[in-house]
Amino acid sequence: MAFLDRTARSLLLGELVAGLSLTLRYFFKPKVTINYPYEKGPISPRFKGEHALRRYPNGEERCIACKLCEAICPAQAITIEAEPRDDGSRRTTRYDIDMTKCIYCGLCEEACPVDAIVEGPNFEFATETREELLYNKDKLLANGDRWEPELARRLELDAPYR
Amino acid sequence: MPKLTIDGIEVEVPNGSTILQAAEAAGIEIPRFCYHERLSIAGNCRMCLVEVEKTPPKPIASCAYPAGEGMVVHTDTPMVRNGRKGVMEFLLINHPLDCPICDQGGECDLQDQSVGYGGDHSRYDENKRAVKDKNLGPLVKTVMTRCIHCTRCIRFITEVAGVPDLGATSRGEHMEVGTYVEKALGSELSANIIDLCPVGALTSKPYAFVARPWELTKVDSIDVLDAVGTNIRIDARGSEVLRILPRVNEDVNEEWLGDKSRFAVDGLKRRRLDRPWVRRDGKLQPATWNEAFAAIADRIKGVGGDRIGAIAGDLCDAESVLALKDLMGALGSSNIDCRQDGAKLDAARRDFYCFNTSIVGIEEADALLIVGSNPRKEAPVLNARIRKAFVANGMKIGVIGAETDLTYKVTHLGDGPNALANAAAFLAGAQKPMILVGQGALTRADGAAILAACWKLAAEVGALKSDWHGFNVLHTAAGRVGALDLGFVPTGAGKDVAGMMGGGVDVLWLLGADGFDSARIGANTFVIYQGHHGDAGAHRADVILPGAAYTEKSGTYVNTEGRAQRGFMAIHPPGEAREDWTILRAFSGIIGRALPYDTIEALRARMEQVNPVFGRIGHLPRFGCGDLSGPAGDPAAIGSAAFAPAIEDYYQTDPISRSSPTMAACTASHGGAQALAAE
Repeated sequence: MAFLDRTARSLLLGELVAGLSLTLRYFFKPKVTINYPYEKGPISPRFKGEHALRRYPNGEERCIACKLCEAICPAQAITIEAEPRDDGSRRTTRYDIDMTKCIYCGLCEEACPVDAIVEGPNFEFATETREELLYNKDKLLANGDRWEPELARRLELDAPYR
Repeated sequence: MPKLTIDGIEVEVPNGSTILQAAEAAGIEIPRFCYHERLSIAGNCRMCLVEVEKTPPKPIASCAYPAGEGMVVHTDTPMVRNGRKGVMEFLLINHPLDCPICDQGGECDLQDQSVGYGGDHSRYDENKRAVKDKNLGPLVKTVMTRCIHCTRCIRFITEVAGVPDLGATSRGEHMEVGTYVEKALGSELSANIIDLCPVGALTSKPYAFVARPWELTKVDSIDVLDAVGTNIRIDARGSEVLRILPRVNEDVNEEWLGDKSRFAVDGLKRRRLDRPWVRRDGKLQPATWNEAFAAIADRIKGVGGDRIGAIAGDLCDAESVLALKDLMGALGSSNIDCRQDGAKLDAARRDFYCFNTSIVGIEEADALLIVGSNPRKEAPVLNARIRKAFVANGMKIGVIGAETDLTYKVTHLGDGPNALANAAAFLAGAQKPMILVGQGALTRADGAAILAACWKLAAEVGALKSDWHGFNVLHTAAGRVGALDLGFVPTGAGKDVAGMMGGGVDVLWLLGADGFDSARIGANTFVIYQGHHGDAGAHRADVILPGAAYTEKSGTYVNTEGRAQRGFMAIHPPGEAREDWTILRAFSGIIGRALPYDTIEALRARMEQVNPVFGRIGHLPRFGCGDLSGPAGDPAAIGSAAFAPAIEDYYQTDPISRSSPTMAACTASHGGAQALAAE
């Protein structure tokens, strides 16, 4: 009986039809793949991408050089130097992140008492040379300025859970 | 001796102890802010609450409650925990939670104790208090809003420093700590209030926002900017010394540190010699070590030992002094001297040049005569000890020399050595009299006579007994006693500093010696300067060998008491600079007279051989005086000129503090005050 069944299936191309019908079903289903550089998938508000240093709405930089991010960084990727600014406030004179060391754990962001250092949604920051991945304060502040609307929205979305 | 039980542990404590002290003896931690073991008890922070059985059922401030016989104390009951939590909540009501921008963050008592004993939230919604910051001069930065009114700073300045500059105005929530009238703190120990402040209200101004405590590597060392041998901790990050803090040593500095020693660190980064220099065609030009050594070896060739001399400076460690002495010995020279200021110190016997009573011994003395010294400027930490003895047992203190405010009550006996004649009457009747001879008295032409006269006076008034040695020399140079112990003084026909000046020698080796006018050196003398700062000596030099400062080498220093202490290397010397003894060892090899040690251990073994004192690191046996014969010098030959102060400006005494911008700022801010006081 089993012999007859098998022979009938192969003669009638049953497996082929079943396989092709699956293909046909997927052919008419919406596509999953995206055309990457032109299309991008959705990412979570907690996505940990490229770092940025934020500013207050009045343009004052948020970072107060408390060095908590430097202390918590498990990869020791952050280097900070500070001194009193002319108005006596505590500011960094140097804020470097070695992006080649960074493991994108997001602890810096969590340690920051003023939401200054954040990991933004940007993951497209590949560079041609290694040196370009050694970020300094200017680069991080520029990132912050560029991404601020997005960064603020992400923080707002995540606020209920913090 | 009451015996009490604390948390089930039975302890016996001396009469007059408090419950808090008893708990410390039992090894139980009680949180506190206002209590400090070296200050009077204020009892105003209420953090040290405990519960005592058979007393009214309320928490008791243990710092102010005397321990009694049979007391049963509990430090961890619900009542105690609630009480402390409540106190913490009250303290935090007006404390700004600005830890991220506070320099105390990471080493803050309030931070630690609120984690340990505080609650997790505050119920206070009203406005917080804000207080205007006070300007306390160039050293202490204030953020008075953070103050929790423990009054430690007020008590320290009043009781220990003896300069009642600080005080509290208003009461309750409106209380403010300040100087009443805005002025810089007038004490040489003022920066200790930074360490005492349990919160971030008083922080270090030069160190503001520089580093966090967890970034620093901490190395134990010895201070060299005065001769007290204060125990310090050097905090460094990378290749930079960032700050210096005192370490506790009950026998030397308790836990205090002079302002100069604490803040002159920024001088270690400036005007440093970081490569060898050789004078060619009349101009100093950069050179390599080999070129520098070759230049010296060339010049030294054929010069007789009696035409070569060496002077050791004030900041030298004993290791380099001995290496230099051995090098000079190998060259056949006995022209060596460590008394660059010309002090007539007698190196024949150790007790002729030491602070024999010891610093702890000051507290036992009942009368003190200060001759030609201003201990407040020459050794502020030692001066605090004198003040402690004055406050505790009313020590009678007489001064011969300039009349200044020494922070305690003194009887002024005269300006010059003539007044020594009245001194015997002043000290008469004292059981343990002390005589303190300063460098102001010894650097004069009649210094030897004054030294002998003081010794004679000490013998007359009973200061030299088999169980009490009351003759003391107060040094200002940290390296001086060590060099004297190693015999770095001319012997036989050897020339002293004065003899080596004006062409007395053809080749002169200066080991960090900047303390004299380099114009006195003869025009044709070939000068080798080995040191760490481009100061007076380096300008005159023909060859400069870059050495290491005290933070950059492991060295032994003997303080004015004669206590050998060892400091360790915190950072590496800058550039091509090297540890001083290795420079001397390397040069000895080049001229084919290699010194017999290749490691610092071997050198230290040799030091111990020269003087067994170097075998007892940190330890100082007290001794009496068995031999009454005095130092060389004719007591009758003393002059009549008034004593000049050994230190004009406390803040700038040596190459390190002269290079320090912070010390320059102190001089600027205190110079005015001194001028006013003089008027």
